Amino acid sequence: MSTTTATHHDDHAHDSHGHPTGLMRWVKSTNHKDIGTMYLWFSFTMFLFAGAMAMGIRAELFQPGLQFVQPETFNQLTTLHGLIMIFGAIMPAFVGFANWMVPMMIGAPDMAFPRLNNMSFWLLIPAAILLVSSIFVPGGAVAGGWTMYPPLSVQGGMSVDMSVFALHILGVSSIVGSINIITTIFNMRAPGMTLMKMPMFVWTWLITAYLLIAAMPVLAGALTMLITDRHFGTHFFNAAGGGDPVLFQHVFWFFGHPEVYIMILPAFGILSTIIPTFARKPLFGYASMVYATAAIAVLSFVVWAHHMFTTGMPVAGQLFFMYSTMLISVPTGVKVFNWLATMWKGSMTFETPMLFSVAVVFLFTIGGFSGLVCAILPVDIQLQDTYYVVAHFHYVLFSGAAMAIMGGVYYWLPKWTGHMYDETLGKWHFWLTTIAFNVTFFPMHFTGLAGMPRRIPDYSQQFAEFNMISSLGAFALGLSQLLFLYVVIKCIKGGAKATNQVWEGAEGLEWTVASPAPFHTFETPPQVK
Amino acid sequence: MNKKAIYFLGAALSSIGSTAQAEYGLNLKAPVTEIAGQIYDLHMLIVWICLGIFVVVFGIMFYSLYKHRKSVGHKAVQFHEHHTLEIIWTIIPALILLAIAFPATKTIFAMKDTTAADMTVKVTGYQWKWEYDYLDKDVKFISNLSTTQDQINNKAEKGENYLLEVDNPMVVPVGKKVRVILTASDVIHAWWVPEFGVKQDAIPGFIKETWFRAEKEGIYRGQCAELCGKAHGYMPIVVEVVAEDKYNEWLESKKAAAAAANAGADKEWTKDDLVANGKAVYEKNCAVCHQASGAGLPPAFPAITGGKVTTGPIADQLALILNGKNVMPAWKALLNDVEIASVIAYERNALGNSMGDFVQPSAVKAAR
Amino acid sequence: MSQNTKNYYLPGPSFWPLIASISLFLLAGGFTMVINKVAMGTPLMIAGGLCLGYLLYGWFAEVIGESVSKSYNKQVDKSFRWGMGWFIFSEVMFFFGFFGALFYTRNVSLPWLADAHGLTGAAALWPGFQAMWPSAGPAATEALTVIPAWGLPAINTLLLLASGVTLTWAHWGLMKNNRKQLTIGLILTIALGVLFLFLQAHEYGEAEFTIKSGIYGATFYMLTGFHGLHVTMGVIMLSIILFRVLKGHFDSHDHFGFEAVAWYWHFVDVVWLFLFIFVYWL
Repeated sequence: MSTTTATHHDDHAHDSHGHPTGLMRWVKSTNHKDIGTMYLWFSFTMFLFAGAMAMGIRAELFQPGLQFVQPETFNQLTTLHGLIMIFGAIMPAFVGFANWMVPMMIGAPDMAFPRLNNMSFWLLIPAAILLVSSIFVPGGAVAGGWTMYPPLSVQGGMSVDMSVFALHILGVSSIVGSINIITTIFNMRAPGMTLMKMPMFVWTWLITAYLLIAAMPVLAGALTMLITDRHFGTHFFNAAGGGDPVLFQHVFWFFGHPEVYIMILPAFGILSTIIPTFARKPLFGYASMVYATAAIAVLSFVVWAHHMFTTGMPVAGQLFFMYSTMLISVPTGVKVFNWLATMWKGSMTFETPMLFSVAVVFLFTIGGFSGLVCAILPVDIQLQDTYYVVAHFHYVLFSGAAMAIMGGVYYWLPKWTGHMYDETLGKWHFWLTTIAFNVTFFPMHFTGLAGMPRRIPDYSQQFAEFNMISSLGAFALGLSQLLFLYVVIKCIKGGAKATNQVWEGAEGLEWTVASPAPFHTFETPPQVK
Repeated sequence: MNKKAIYFLGAALSSIGSTAQAEYGLNLKAPVTEIAGQIYDLHMLIVWICLGIFVVVFGIMFYSLYKHRKSVGHKAVQFHEHHTLEIIWTIIPALILLAIAFPATKTIFAMKDTTAADMTVKVTGYQWKWEYDYLDKDVKFISNLSTTQDQINNKAEKGENYLLEVDNPMVVPVGKKVRVILTASDVIHAWWVPEFGVKQDAIPGFIKETWFRAEKEGIYRGQCAELCGKAHGYMPIVVEVVAEDKYNEWLESKKAAAAAANAGADKEWTKDDLVANGKAVYEKNCAVCHQASGAGLPPAFPAITGGKVTTGPIADQLALILNGKNVMPAWKALLNDVEIASVIAYERNALGNSMGDFVQPSAVKAAR
Repeated sequence: MSQNTKNYYLPGPSFWPLIASISLFLLAGGFTMVINKVAMGTPLMIAGGLCLGYLLYGWFAEVIGESVSKSYNKQVDKSFRWGMGWFIFSEVMFFFGFFGALFYTRNVSLPWLADAHGLTGAAALWPGFQAMWPSAGPAATEALTVIPAWGLPAINTLLLLASGVTLTWAHWGLMKNNRKQLTIGLILTIALGVLFLFLQAHEYGEAEFTIKSGIYGATFYMLTGFHGLHVTMGVIMLSIILFRVLKGHFDSHDHFGFEAVAWYWHFVDVVWLFLFIFVYWL
């Protein structure tokens, strides 16, 4: 996007009041749009990088036996793939959307704290350097899984420390970013924009920001205990000193489960924006959508131990966490029903963003069903740490979060660049992604049920066919994303001129400004009726 | 035919078919315990419910996608709320959940009931092997992966039970309630046998428990289900369920074998005998980290060839092997005196080292 | 550079975010090297620390400058309030994690290690271990001598509570435009804070256990250590406020800098009360 925004910077030079150009424009930026752009590009870079790692994983799993990487390298690949996708690709992408869209959607001139906003972004860079460069230190990258359970992570080399500090820095970035978003939403809304008139995307981000502020410090605590256990002789996770390895899991998942919703609620927001646009009909059940989102957020803090059903908790704990987990499917179901009712009797067209959104509703629901299966404790005993779980969380995180992000990019790209993207190529990207995704991950349900553990570099021959199919799907999925890159760059370079409204059914303040959106918007707040 | 009989028939069929390499499963393995059977039923119940909801919900969605298109001239109807509908679709899922929660709760209570067990086996996870200790029976042994390195590296054809075979399987009598208490010596492992419906983390320093009552003789295979380091994929679990008299025979043979191994400790060994004996011990226990060639994987796993310890004072090497250090396990619980003496002799006088010295098994015994 | 719109102050381009990024990178990278005994770690950390000091000084000076030159309107003031409030909430959650660890080990892990469920019988991993608090764990060889709550810790509690009172008294002074009361109140608060830190350091010196003394030592030093760090930051912040007061900043209706630090100080007080109850007393 740099090219276009640079051109539009020339077009609108009168807007930018002699702001620095070139690299300094980005380094010193206090503009929510520029910072949003940086977030999105960072996220896409990390997405391709961690995606390349997934290609390595799938290459090794193409056939039984060891072909390309040794088991220790394999563990590094799975661990870094997870960490980078979660903290480097999905979360920053949503923050990028929040930066670009939240101020425009609520009619604010910028974020509440523009300098802190830029700091949140620039903290991602040292964290990414620490994570990625840990591949090259003696002993290789962190290899204990993205969850970094001790005592395994206590055994690891200095890459564990680098990853822990990377997560600390990302935590600071997320907390500062969330404070910024909450403050912006509460304090910067245009006159007349009451809370219950806010676009759904703003609501989901408001709730996500709360989750981040409450969850990230707890992760920081868990990681700090890990560092002191590794280097300063504490016994938090060591039974000999009265500690407990399972304690780490409790603290980690107290963060980790809200984290799951941090990665999906903004996606819900994007869907709730796109579907009404292309159904040409207002979002069904706006109020219940808000309450459902809040309910999911509250429940997400009392379900964490469902990740730990095999640790041998007492019955009371197991029952509590099973029931609370099952309960989450109620508000989630409400959301799906609301999207359906929004489509019902609409006047639908299927441009790329809508295609992605419909696919997300469909595929995320499959992920929701497999989540319900995993929530049933006795069944989870069979499925925990198998490929079924891998299938489940890729259905929620790829076909939920990542594909919603792609839909959102297509939806707002004309507003960002001033050009329409290539609709034919966009549709190609959609179909390739959707088909390849299902070819990759649907068979994993079967391998998981049949008993293939996750995080293994090699497997017994009964799993060979499905793994080969998964690998072929994965290579296609990886390649398809290069098409995405091409479509985005092509759109930045040129294309049909986008109107202000862009989409026939689009509603909201962001569509009242020019396309591309001028450097500064709503310096005088609009009046919302 | 009742359900259990169907499972057993399925299991029997699949065990006949298991000679074929290309056998793959689409569903949970055929259960051989009551709990695994309940899990199987629960899973099917939820799958059918989900499938039902799926068909209804997406039937409606695809109908709408087809009918309510702009291209067929459908005009949008502007409604955006319907309270009755919203309440209904909140309550119905909640009721369905209740219907699932009820049988699930019953199974959880059954799973956690480890009382009235016929026998107890203590299982300990090590990086990367399992130890089985038959409490009160005086039988204790290590169970290692028996698939060869050549098969893993594609230099030999993969066997029928590739990666799911061990040198010493756990043997239990059929129809008896076996209580398994689990712990680990280094990192968290998880003991999992799909056919039994049993998966329990083994947590260092803590004892956790589970149980199973296998209702059908046979060989059941599982794997470690918690990432435990580089050879996590190479520590399978094999349980042989046999008739009670066969089980007793097996117990006796295990005791006799242990006694024979211990007898060797008091005899004087020559260096060559120890080195020759040490090769097998090394390859089974040490090669996974220090490599068959002795090159190691520095920095985590130092080289044996020309290594600081293997070419240093022999007493230090003995102490390190016995007591472990960081990632290096304490082998005194895992190997007998002859094995430790053999592996020391092998490491100092083979793999490119020629220190010339060795220790007698009796010295190892004294050093414990 | 920056434009002061009628409605909301938007700062111009700024280098500070990049400096923040560089300083945290140097600190994190340097610290990783130090704990892994790689050369260069210490100089990197020193560089990072200097960078951070420069950042805090420069950035806050800039913000204070903007505040003093009345660039901020009511809405910006409200933003600062929201921001500080949620920052303190994130700190609450940070301590919550450690308190959670303390409760978990006391109520779950230790009874389990002592085989309170009777799972193990003859196979007990830690024969003879009894679950009680304080405990240094089943492998501890020496008895644990802990610090009694009703000695120094009780005095420290009084000191911090008193400092809360003096700070509020200073705030009243500010509201009444009584600069002398404000200054004296602040000086008293800082003095009480410093005295607290001094006594805490003394207590660490006298303690007969270390951070390595099992789960008790770990939770004790982690909780009191992070609290002490927060008190230290609070004292530094109060000193800056005192310095600004002496320069004539703040008046009875425009003094959010003062209030933010006061909120922070009260938060640190409350955390201490929990520490006193759950770490020292019960």
